[in-house]
Amino acid sequence: MTKLLETADLVTNFYTYEGVVRALNKVSLVVDHGATFGLVGESGCGKSVTARSIMQIVQEPGRIEGGKVIAYLDEADRQRGIDLLKQSEAYMQGLRGDQISMIFQEPNSALNPTMSIGDQVSESFLFHQKKEMSVEILDRLAAGDIHSLNPFKKFLRAVYRIAAENPDDLRLRILDKVPLLKRWQKRLQNEARQRSLEIIDKLGIPNPAQVVSQYPHNLSGGMKQRIVIAMALACNPVLLIADEATSNLDVTIQAQILDLLRRLKEEVISSILLITHDLGVVAETCDRVGVMYAGNLCEVADVEDLFETPRHPYTRALLDAVPKLELEGELHSIEGNVPNLVTPPPGCRFHPRCPQAMGVCRREFPEMKEVKKRHQVACYWVNP
Amino acid sequence: MDKILELKNLKKHYPILGGVLRHEVATVKALDGIDLDIYRGECLGVVGESGCGKTTTGKAVIRLFDPTAGQVYYRWKNPENGRPVDIAAIRKSALKRLGIRSKLQMVFQDPTTSLNPRMLVKNIIAEPIKTQQRLGGRELEKRVMDLLHLVGLTRDHLLRYPHEFSGGQRQRIAVARAIATEPEFIVLDEPTSALDVSVQSQILNLLKSLQQRLNLTYMFVTHHLLVVKYISNRLAVMYLGKIVEIAGTQDLFSSPVHPYTLSLLSAIPIPEVNGKPRRIVLSGDVPSSVNPPAGCRFHTRCPFAVDRCLREEPRLKPVNHGHLVSCHRRGDTQKLAREKFDQKRIGSRT
Repeated sequence: MTKLLETADLVTNFYTYEGVVRALNKVSLVVDHGATFGLVGESGCGKSVTARSIMQIVQEPGRIEGGKVIAYLDEADRQRGIDLLKQSEAYMQGLRGDQISMIFQEPNSALNPTMSIGDQVSESFLFHQKKEMSVEILDRLAAGDIHSLNPFKKFLRAVYRIAAENPDDLRLRILDKVPLLKRWQKRLQNEARQRSLEIIDKLGIPNPAQVVSQYPHNLSGGMKQRIVIAMALACNPVLLIADEATSNLDVTIQAQILDLLRRLKEEVISSILLITHDLGVVAETCDRVGVMYAGNLCEVADVEDLFETPRHPYTRALLDAVPKLELEGELHSIEGNVPNLVTPPPGCRFHPRCPQAMGVCRREFPEMKEVKKRHQVACYWVNP
Repeated sequence: MDKILELKNLKKHYPILGGVLRHEVATVKALDGIDLDIYRGECLGVVGESGCGKTTTGKAVIRLFDPTAGQVYYRWKNPENGRPVDIAAIRKSALKRLGIRSKLQMVFQDPTTSLNPRMLVKNIIAEPIKTQQRLGGRELEKRVMDLLHLVGLTRDHLLRYPHEFSGGQRQRIAVARAIATEPEFIVLDEPTSALDVSVQSQILNLLKSLQQRLNLTYMFVTHHLLVVKYISNRLAVMYLGKIVEIAGTQDLFSSPVHPYTLSLLSAIPIPEVNGKPRRIVLSGDVPSSVNPPAGCRFHTRCPFAVDRCLREEPRLKPVNHGHLVSCHRRGDTQKLAREKFDQKRIGSRT
C-alpha cells in the first residue's frame, strides 16, 4: 500500500501558566491510501492534538516544535512528498477543506448558528472551487442557459473568463468592492448553493431543499453531524480527519453515521483518520489502529492483530477495561490516573500504572520496535 | 422479592410558555405514564436515547421535582413505619421529617458540576450527615474518613478542593456523599459517561462492591448498553417517555422482543474484530416529545409497523416470566428480524 500521510517525530507543546505541557512526544504514524486509520486513547492523551497538528490549527498557547508532516497527495509528489510544516499559511488554507478536511467533535460548536445551512456548506465551494464553477458558468452562458440582459451578459462573460483563469485576480477584487457590479458573484453563489444541495442530498438527508434554508438550531444532533460531514466532503477530500465524529450521538444515530462514513469511504474519500475513545467503533470501522497514551504512540497494528494479540501492557489493560457483550466475572481496571503532562513521568510514560514495569522503564523512553510485520510496539517487555 | 419502590402511571409534563401573556402553548411530555417496580437489592438499568426521559424518571423517583400525575410508593425497610408512603404526593417537609430524603440518594452525571468548588471535600461529605444527626467534630471526621476509605480515597484527600482531583476521584467523592446518609436506594444518573475507559471500570467495580457491602438498591440510568449489562440485573428500555421493554439483563440481551430494543442492541459497537456486524439501522430521528406520534410511538421508525400500530397504543404485556413488552407484534418480531435482517442472535457477525 502507498502512503498518503506520514508524521515523523511530531512534537507539540503548550505553554501554559503551570508550565510546558508536553502534549505530543515524538508521534510517528503513517496513513495509507484507501485505509481507515484509528487513533484511540483516553482523554488528554493527544489524539486531537495530533489531528490539529497535521492540519496546523493547534490552538494558542500550543506550538508545533519539531518533526515532519509529510503528505503524498498528488501523483507528482507521490515519491517525495511535501512537508506540510514547511509550507506557507496560504498553501495550508488552500489544502484545508479541499484535499484534507476535518470533522470536529461537536456539531453544535462546529456550525455557525447565525448562518443558514446552505450558506455554510456553500462556503467551502466558494473558497476552493471558484475556478471550476466559473468554467461551468461560462459553459452555461455560451449555451444560453442563463437569461439576462445582453450588455450585462457580455460583462458576465468577461468577468467569468477572468475568474476561470485566476480567481484571485486583482481586477476581480476591485470589482467586489463596487456596488451593483459585485453582483457578478450571484451566479457563483447560486452555483455553490446548487452544489451544496447535491451533496446534502447525497448524504441521505430528507428533503434537502428545505434543509438548505434552515438554521442549525432547526436540526437534530444526527442531522447536524451529517451537515458537518457534508461540509467536510464538499470538495472531495483525499483524507478525512474525523475527530470524535460520533461521540456525542446516540447509539442508533451513531450506527447511521458510521454506516454513512463506511459508504463514503468506498465511493468518495480515499482515507479516513478516525479519532475516537470508543474501542467498539475502532473495531468496526478501522483497518489499522494506533493506541496513544499521554502524548506517545505506544502501539500500532492492523485491527485484527491489535484486538487479538495486543502486545503493549496499556493496550491489553485498555481492552480488559471495556465492558463486552459476553463478559463473565470482574471487569479489570487500570489503577491510578493519567499523568499530568506538565511533569510527565521519566522513561516510559506508562510505567507508574504498568504492572510489569522494571528498572529500565523508569529511566529510558522506549523506542518503537517492529515485533511483527506491520505491528509496532514501544515497550521494553516486548521482544521482536 | 419485596418491592422497594413502585411507580404507578407516573407522568411529568413540562409546559412551553409563549405568546404575549406567557401562557402555556404546548407541553413536553417527558414522562408519559410509567409503571415500574423496583425490587430491594437489585440494580435496575434504565436505557434509552437522549431525550427519552431516563433522567426525568430518575429524578421523579426521589422527588427532585413534583410529577404531574401518578404515584411513587416507597416501602420502608422496617415494618413499624407502617404503610408504603406515596412520595409523589406527600408534603416536602414531611419527606424530610420522616427521614425519607436520607434513604433515597442520587449520584449525578458530571462530578465537576455536582460538587461545590468552594467547599473542602471534608465539608462536602459532612454536609448530608449534619442534616441527619448532631455529631461532634471528631466523630464527624471519623465518619467522613470511614466513607472516604469505603470509596478508595485516603486521609490526604480530606482537606482539598474538588478541582484538585481527577474526574474519577471526583466521582468517588460524589459517591461518598451519596452513601453518607446510609441510604437504601441510589439513583445513578450516567455516573461514568464523563469518565475515561480505564477510570470507568474502576468506578463500576466500586459501585458493585458498595452495593454488596451496604445492601443498596440502584437505579442505573445510562445510554451505554455494555456498561449497564455489566452492572444491572434488570433492564428497562425507554423510548419517548414510555417504557417499551422490561426484562432481566440476560434475558433482554439473549432474546429481545421489541423492535427498538433489537435495533438498539444491534447498534452497539462491540470491541471485537471477528467478522462484520449485522445491523438493524433505523431511519430517521427520535420524534419530538411535544407531539409524539399517535398509536405506537415507535411506528415512525419501526421496520415492522403495521396498520394497527398507527392507530392503537400498545400496553406493557408479559411475553415471558418477568419480561414485559409493549408491542402489538411481540409474538413475531424476532422471526421478522431474522428474516429481514438476517439476525441470528444479537451481536452475531458474518
